[in-house]
Amino acid sequence: MTEEKMELKESHEHPLDEYLREGRIPHIFCPGCSLGTITNLLVEAIIESDYDPKDVCVVSGIGCTGRIAGYLNFDSFHTTHGRAIPFSIGLSVTNPNRKVIVISGDGDLFAIGGNHIIHAARRNANLTVICVNNFNYGMTGGQAGPTSYPGQVQTTAPYGSQDEPFNIPDLMKTCGASYVARWTALDVRRVKEAFSEAIAKNGFSFVEVLGSCPTTFGRRNQLAEGKKILEFFRENTILNHDADTKDVLIHKDSPIIVGKFVDLDDKPSLTDNLLKIQRVAQAKK
Amino acid sequence: MMSKKESKFPEIDTGEYFTTGNHAAAEGALSAGCKFFGGYPITPSSEIAEHMSFRLPQVKGHFVQFEDEIASIIGIIGASWGGAKSMTATSGPGYSLMVENIGLGMMTETPCVIINVQRGGPSTGLPTLVGQQDIMQTKWGSHGDFEPIVLCPNSVQECYNLTIEAFNYAEQYRVPVTLLMDETLGHMSEKLVIPDESKVKRIDRKKPTVPPEEYLPYKADEDMIPPMAVAGEGYKVMVTGLTHDERGYPVLNAETQEKLVRRINDKIRLNKDKIIRVEEYKLDDAEIALIAFGSTARAAKGAVNKARKKGIKVGLLRLVTIWPFPDEMIAKLAKNVKKIYIPEINYGQVTREVQRAVQGKTKVEGLFLLGGAMHTPEQIVEEIEKGL
Repeated sequence: MTEEKMELKESHEHPLDEYLREGRIPHIFCPGCSLGTITNLLVEAIIESDYDPKDVCVVSGIGCTGRIAGYLNFDSFHTTHGRAIPFSIGLSVTNPNRKVIVISGDGDLFAIGGNHIIHAARRNANLTVICVNNFNYGMTGGQAGPTSYPGQVQTTAPYGSQDEPFNIPDLMKTCGASYVARWTALDVRRVKEAFSEAIAKNGFSFVEVLGSCPTTFGRRNQLAEGKKILEFFRENTILNHDADTKDVLIHKDSPIIVGKFVDLDDKPSLTDNLLKIQRVAQAKK
Repeated sequence: MMSKKESKFPEIDTGEYFTTGNHAAAEGALSAGCKFFGGYPITPSSEIAEHMSFRLPQVKGHFVQFEDEIASIIGIIGASWGGAKSMTATSGPGYSLMVENIGLGMMTETPCVIINVQRGGPSTGLPTLVGQQDIMQTKWGSHGDFEPIVLCPNSVQECYNLTIEAFNYAEQYRVPVTLLMDETLGHMSEKLVIPDESKVKRIDRKKPTVPPEEYLPYKADEDMIPPMAVAGEGYKVMVTGLTHDERGYPVLNAETQEKLVRRINDKIRLNKDKIIRVEEYKLDDAEIALIAFGSTARAAKGAVNKARKKGIKVGLLRLVTIWPFPDEMIAKLAKNVKKIYIPEINYGQVTREVQRAVQGKTKVEGLFLLGGAMHTPEQIVEEIEKGL
């Protein structure tokens, strides 16, 4: 880096202002939460994509991450808990040119919405799904969830969670997703690149972003500041694009393996298949 | 979009048929312009999904079989915001799974249609046999205050006609509308006439007339119904199940809640005279009235004729819409008759509403069967004679 100093200007404007809903900021996110960064990266990836912003929809379920859709100045939908994905299927197939992006949390997508996400991946629904995994239910005060690791202390796991968490990338790969990547909120360049690749993908593209949640996760697990969680990610992540997804389960003392694990181009999407059915039906008499 | 008519297959398949209520309802949806069906198999409604899977691709629509009924209802809400008229069909257990998102449809004012082909309940109950036990569930099933519109056909022809009406109400008032059929109607065959295209009345949702920068998605017109922009039209719609202001932004306070929830109820309550449909049969000189709905109304009509042959002056008020409930009509009827009987295949759901509406002005008696069998006209006449 050069010694040249940047000129700092006081301004209340942000370069992405036109993509945020006027009057919706300040947001509800806690100090140290990574959702602001992730929102920023998502908006950048959308505006750099080939899609006209008019054709982009952002859909969320319920939860902290579930609030993101409502801050964005695209057609945005804040649905019921766990149901962002089937809502998005209806939204997506009614216009094949539309890009539907689901952004929601690990509890929303993999606990209450678990049945929907596995089927959407199985049938390669034409959706980009971003799961911000903060290892707990933040909005409701820090309960354990389907990603909590053994030993993790949460309000409903005061003696430490005992259950095995989901290995999310492996689950998504096994179910048939066309694109699967995992990054941490610290890997901003990689996260944005993954969002861009996922948005460009035809079919079910999935990005897991490990987020920082100091308030309801970190505080109970010796990571009480957002910075500490990001430092933890920096010290404990291993980049391995070629990792066998069977080995990427996150436990308390295991390294966190990040990378792009699946990137397929040859699978027809649900929308492709529905259009094919239309052609077959039309050809018959 | 995909609703352009480039297909050699007609949306409105004009002709005369001998077919089932389930097929008639599916054809009614197509005639109304339905372009998306999301569903999950369940007896006794599955033939609706099957027929839609066959017919929708012919008319450039989409049929998606989802993983459960929760996905089906939210899928049709998503499709409606995608710009398509949309529908699902189910029976009691599936409807139970759908009710949370019917509430989302009410709160976000999303036009869509749900068909419930009723079977005996509670729980798995009688999958293959008739019931009329979901009357109250359609009214109160989802949490919070809302005013549902529920239609109740009594013939194969009406399964067709009222499915079109259900779409028209859904589009006009921006609400999920339920068509309450029953197993008897779904599976019985009789004559269906699908009229010429020019005779089918279709209503489409009101669209915004202002440019996007002036558009407030939840600012209602004088009729209390906001114009509806959907995804991809440049209006950047914002849709949430949270209490929201005219911009669609979540505002969580009593004032916003009061304004929004009052309006989404009042748009139905204050228009109920335009919505409510009944059929009166030989009520003019009746001393005893039957109130009935769905397939049971057919037995009730038979009972009226049989009773009159015996010199008992009986008439029938058939509820074509169950909700909103025709309180005033029934209150008026109560002044003119000595007694009202309500044959229904449940343990007193409509009877309770009738009791509320008559306010003690006349005697009310429910004739209950708890599912699995139909009333016969003779049974009803026998009960009337006992009460003379």
